[in-house]
Amino acid sequence: MTILQDDLTIVLAGEAGQGLQTIEVLLTSLLKNNGYHVYATKEYMSRVRGGMNSTTLRIASRRVCALREKIDLLIPLHPNAIPHLQHRLTDETVVIGDQSTIDYRPMIHVPFLKLANEMGNSVYANILAVGMIAGLLKIDREKCVQFIDRHFSGKGEEVKNNNLAVLHKGLDIGAGLAASIVIELVGDAGVAGEILITGGDAVAFGALAGGCNYLCAYPMSPSTSVLNAMAAFSKQFGVIVEQVEDEVGVVNMAIGAWYAGARAMVTTSGGGFALMTEGLSLAGMIESPLVIHLGQRPGPATGLPTRTEQGDLSLALYAGHGAFPRIIIAPRNIEEAFFLSQRAFNLADKYQVPVFILTDQYLVDTYYNTPCWEMDDLKVEKHFIETAADYRRHIFTASGISPRGLPGFGPGKVCVDSDEHDEGGYITENMDIRKKMVEKRLSKTAAMVNDILPPQLTGPPDFETLVIGWGSTYPALAEALDRIGNGKLAHLHFSWLYPPAQEAARYLAQAKKIVVVENNATGQFAQLLKLTMDCQAENILKYNGLPFSVEELVREISAHCD
Amino acid sequence: MSQNEFDFPHQVETAWCPGCGNFAIRKSLLAALDELGLPREKVVLVSGIGQAAKMPQYINTSFFNGLHGRALPAATAIKACNPELKVIVVGGDGDVYGEGGNHLLHATRRNPDLTLLVHDNMVYGLTKGQASPTSREGMVTLVQVNGVFEKPLNPLALGVALDVPFIARALAADMDQTRELFKKAILHRGFALVDIFQPCISFNKVNTFKWFKDNSYYVGDDYNPADRQAAFAKALEESPFPLGIIYRNEERTTFEENLPLYTQDKRALYERETDFVKIRQLLQSRV
Repeated sequence: MTILQDDLTIVLAGEAGQGLQTIEVLLTSLLKNNGYHVYATKEYMSRVRGGMNSTTLRIASRRVCALREKIDLLIPLHPNAIPHLQHRLTDETVVIGDQSTIDYRPMIHVPFLKLANEMGNSVYANILAVGMIAGLLKIDREKCVQFIDRHFSGKGEEVKNNNLAVLHKGLDIGAGLAASIVIELVGDAGVAGEILITGGDAVAFGALAGGCNYLCAYPMSPSTSVLNAMAAFSKQFGVIVEQVEDEVGVVNMAIGAWYAGARAMVTTSGGGFALMTEGLSLAGMIESPLVIHLGQRPGPATGLPTRTEQGDLSLALYAGHGAFPRIIIAPRNIEEAFFLSQRAFNLADKYQVPVFILTDQYLVDTYYNTPCWEMDDLKVEKHFIETAADYRRHIFTASGISPRGLPGFGPGKVCVDSDEHDEGGYITENMDIRKKMVEKRLSKTAAMVNDILPPQLTGPPDFETLVIGWGSTYPALAEALDRIGNGKLAHLHFSWLYPPAQEAARYLAQAKKIVVVENNATGQFAQLLKLTMDCQAENILKYNGLPFSVEELVREISAHCD
Repeated sequence: MSQNEFDFPHQVETAWCPGCGNFAIRKSLLAALDELGLPREKVVLVSGIGQAAKMPQYINTSFFNGLHGRALPAATAIKACNPELKVIVVGGDGDVYGEGGNHLLHATRRNPDLTLLVHDNMVYGLTKGQASPTSREGMVTLVQVNGVFEKPLNPLALGVALDVPFIARALAADMDQTRELFKKAILHRGFALVDIFQPCISFNKVNTFKWFKDNSYYVGDDYNPADRQAAFAKALEESPFPLGIIYRNEERTTFEENLPLYTQDKRALYERETDFVKIRQLLQSRV
């Protein structure tokens, strides 16, 4: 008898086009609605069919938000799944698959494809797998039937009934296996009403709640999900969503939209953003708000299009010719992907600067259950004004921020120019005005001080070693440090990357040792800390295209703390 | 005569060479805007970079003078976000046909309701005399030392191929005709392209005022710009080059007309509010 504990990692692996995603979506929804906490993430190849992809599901009695390396239950739908995932298999891993095609022993023989074909069509393998896992987890049969019935409603009676028959077969197989594989999971009724949402969709919802009403993009993994989500919202919420000819056009369109009074966002990845850097500089010069969702993937160049990396921080930080202020935020999880994306629009509008939402493939494609977000405290802060006849767009002020007028709203003229300009927006080569304009633009960084999110410290206040992370590595780091349970070890997390949060200085000063964990090869955030906080740090770096797992962070951090 | 409110009350100091065709184009544009009686605060001039692209600086309206070649994406968005605005884009042949070539192709596909005026002097002025996409074959410059061998871009034929719904060619020196073409272009619903022949007195010694005059003619009243096949044949004519309205298509819908958000509600985006209740309801359905 095998006993699997209350934190179960199930991995589905197969070729693109084998329907892994169908199994994943149905299972996570079914299990969540039956009171289990679920987490799902996927790694996949840059192709439409074939290759080898895998989805990791974590099902637990408590909230789970991070990737575990160890696989408890593997469902290989293709022989190549075994070598692909070998490093995550242990003696305790239960493997369920077709013995005639998959070379792994011991393995519980369930020939999904053969059974599906016997029942009429190979596509039924997906529902068979869903049923089997549900049966293994002892999910109430009636609830499974209702769920599948709903899923196939509208697809015709025949399709629905065939799938229900397959579901029952899967449930029977699972129930049979449950005699020898005992899974100890405790449900939590409160979970059923929670939402399941990906990081990418959370960015889109956040944008919507930030008043975003113009989204333009050129499709590029992994940022396209935000484009798709906004397009799905466009009718209901009055959002203009435009697929543009190239990223150069994208960014100029977004700046034009802000100029006319929209709240615009672009969504892109490193290569696409590289094309936007000229436009970014334009936003800096004409003091245009701009929100950039930069979903990172490994470069250089095309790199690994469907994989993850935190490799574009330096690009975001230094992009654009000339000097101008900017804000860079990196949500630490799906909740922050919503709330910080919402806030990005208010910040962009208030300071009239580009604001980066720095995510990555891992965060964009990952999802877990979370209570539906409250919006009572959210506001769309509009910072534009109705112009007077003598309005001047770039008037000098103490804060460096000039009231932003819109063309057609008031009798004033709203004049912006990519050339150096005077207060009215007219081209000038007067060196005194030039100097004052440079200082005006740069002074906005100092004005931001009260809006900067301080880093979050978790762990003992009398720590000696500080583990620092930023962006999407937070949940895995938090769980890893929890597991390590070292009384002298604390975790300092940054979701606000730039301008630097001065509160960090005292934590850095207290630390005897600093370890910065980053999903890139050069320690870009550690470099930024060194530059802005003069701090020396060791690095834990990962740059093979995959996210950190909890176990590997436990190993790496422990090695640094010996 | 009352003051044209699109002009400044004071003398405008420009960055143009004395005798430049831009002055005549500016006068024609000012007259067109005045005669159309457009509300000044609803007019936005959009441009990229170059001597022609400085035009917005010298017209008394709001303007967005952005990056070289990038005026059209910005202008498309400005019009889409506030369809009440009258958006006029001004640029040169290098700006619009060279650096901005891809944006031109795709902007015309969207067909925003805006006017594009291209000062076409067949040479780069602000960078001091290199060949442009419309330079004629054989022109020798400091860069094209062996003479231009590339085929010049034909903006009219390109426009007809893309079904750009209003295509005209003007001659800067003919200010009455140019003003009338500008008025028709501005009133046209949809994308209107006006290619304006204009001498560059500093850097183009080949295509002079006299050359343009000797190598062009106005299409007659018997010419039907609604006939696309005929328009394509007309657009291909060279030496003499046809002037006037070359092609017109009244049928195409505009970018703004294709945006569902304006079908019920005509308000500009800046006038709209965010509905948090509706957002939360949708989010709550993600179970």
